[in-house]
Amino acid sequence: MSPPASAAPYVTVRDLRRVFDVSKPWLNRMLEGGEKQFLTAVDDISFEIARGETFALVGESGSGKSTVARMVVGLLPPTAGEVTITGISMSSAAASAERQRMRRRIQMIFQDPYASLNPRWRVDRIVAEPIRAFDLIKEERAIVARVGELLTLVGLHPDDGKKYPHEFSGGQRQRIAIARALASNAEFIVCDEPTSALDVSVQAQILNLMRDLQDRLGLTYLFISHNLAVVRHMATRIGVMYLGRIVEISGGHELFAAPKHPYTRMLLDAVPDLGMTGKQRVPVQGEIPNPIDPPSGCTFNPRCPYANDRCRRETPPLNEGVACHAVHERRIDIPRAA
Amino acid sequence: MDQHAPAPTRTEAALAGTPPDRLPGALARAWDSDFLWSFRHSPVAIVSSLVAVAMILAAVLAPWISPQNPFDPAQLDLMDGLTPPMTPNEISQRIFILGTDPQGRDMYSAILYGSRVSLLVGFASVIFSMAIGITLGLAAGYLGGRTEALIMRIADIQLSFPAILVALLVFGIFRGVVPPAQQEQATLWVLIVAIGLSNWAQYARTVRATTMVEKSKVYVDAARLIGLKSFVIMVKHVLPNVTGPVLVIATINLALAIIEEATLSFLGVGMPPTQPSLGTLIRIGQQFLFSGELWILASPALALILLALSINLLGDWLRDVLNPRLR
Repeated sequence: MSPPASAAPYVTVRDLRRVFDVSKPWLNRMLEGGEKQFLTAVDDISFEIARGETFALVGESGSGKSTVARMVVGLLPPTAGEVTITGISMSSAAASAERQRMRRRIQMIFQDPYASLNPRWRVDRIVAEPIRAFDLIKEERAIVARVGELLTLVGLHPDDGKKYPHEFSGGQRQRIAIARALASNAEFIVCDEPTSALDVSVQAQILNLMRDLQDRLGLTYLFISHNLAVVRHMATRIGVMYLGRIVEISGGHELFAAPKHPYTRMLLDAVPDLGMTGKQRVPVQGEIPNPIDPPSGCTFNPRCPYANDRCRRETPPLNEGVACHAVHERRIDIPRAA
Repeated sequence: MDQHAPAPTRTEAALAGTPPDRLPGALARAWDSDFLWSFRHSPVAIVSSLVAVAMILAAVLAPWISPQNPFDPAQLDLMDGLTPPMTPNEISQRIFILGTDPQGRDMYSAILYGSRVSLLVGFASVIFSMAIGITLGLAAGYLGGRTEALIMRIADIQLSFPAILVALLVFGIFRGVVPPAQQEQATLWVLIVAIGLSNWAQYARTVRATTMVEKSKVYVDAARLIGLKSFVIMVKHVLPNVTGPVLVIATINLALAIIEEATLSFLGVGMPPTQPSLGTLIRIGQQFLFSGELWILASPALALILLALSINLLGDWLRDVLNPRLR
């Protein structure tokens, strides 16, 4: 039932940027000296998501994935750049009335299912909250019926609505969070590491539920994760983030079959794989640098085996889906997709 | 049993304890909840709650259970004056368990009526300061910025004065503003406001701190996502989650408010002798301290200690239960 990807993208993110002020308090700066300090969490990111697809952002912790997610749903205002969803800007003041109407189409599933549900509320009230907030159903009995329907949809029993969140396991709580996200008939769901707090056995159940719902309801996902195996299972397209920038963006299969950027290769080499049994794995080298004081040029250059002087001077643009001088100059060969 | 055997765990003890088989589901679960479990296993909590409940009940039911109405002159007999406790009066042969004062007033009845006033002032002022403190604390914690700075600085200034001084100040203003004829009726309300105003800052600080913790949890983000207003989120989502610590402060503050009221009354700025509280009774009693009629002072003082102590111990227990890190 998933609608065909239309020509106009569902979500467009253009030159998105977010700078955090991480300076010490004014008084400390005056007494101890020291400048204001800024952290660029997200630096000129652009991507598009087509209707019905799953776009994944992967990266190490601190790469700015979650900041992007929060800006896309409008929880965090961007420093620069713009997010448009079905042509409606999420930040300009002009479109505020339309944005309000748009809001119920956009929902989010959070990383920690233990903090994302109000511990003092019963589950049926949690799931019904978006319905009541957007005034989607007037009659109380119809709301109860709808909540039961939603709980069944995510694999719970309608009677579970009478319980409190603490009576459920992490996986069940994530199901409740999904039911809440669907309650306002959302079309676009931003999933911020939805399974990273769960047991491996439960992760697969939740991921399959999310795919199943996508097929049935035609949902569009922005999927944030640091887990390559999860991303491989879910994503139709993948963006790899490093220190606030997208270093490579390509189709799901393509990225795993033929990674271009040295960082992507490094990550994929480190993934355990049955086919590699007995062979030596290449561990990930180095750590993500301090984003307050990022390296000049390509931010990956201190960890990159192919870095040269140009890499240390110039920031590579995202070209042909990859931001790397070595790839652009053909200094490293690009593997062909099998 | 082995000397080094570990203390029975919660489940073991629960299994060994009386299994309330006959209780219906919800009650059985409540019986087995952390809260009641720790109550059943804390002798201090059980005893102090029994004492507190008994004293509160006695105060509420005073008009029905006290032997006389100590403030109805028709029921007093001067001949009964200054009877020691548990001793028959020389003239009337009546026995008063806690003795009488010079007017022949039964101290036991006076204490029942007095604790009524003390408890009323205590509860009302706690509710009053809770209302102010929670509102300002929520606003400070949730809105942040200048609102927070302003509210918290006022709270800091407030906390740098002793509570009793603030209450005396409010009282002084009241004495200056209200004509003397109406002062006696209004005293009760002024006491409530004065004690309430001197205690709100603690609530505001605690609520602000808890609000800031709760605000950063993602269920608040989820509520923001569906476009709820800050005020709605504060009241519907954050407020129910800050009640735990507030309850603890309220219990401990109840004891403090009762003592504060007694202090004010003892100093002569509180309840008038026509509607005495425990503090007023103590003030009257201390005039007889050196003349040998100790019971006039000792019985209301003991009642006050018992009341404040039991509520305080209950508050301590509550704090330990609601803050598992202290266990």
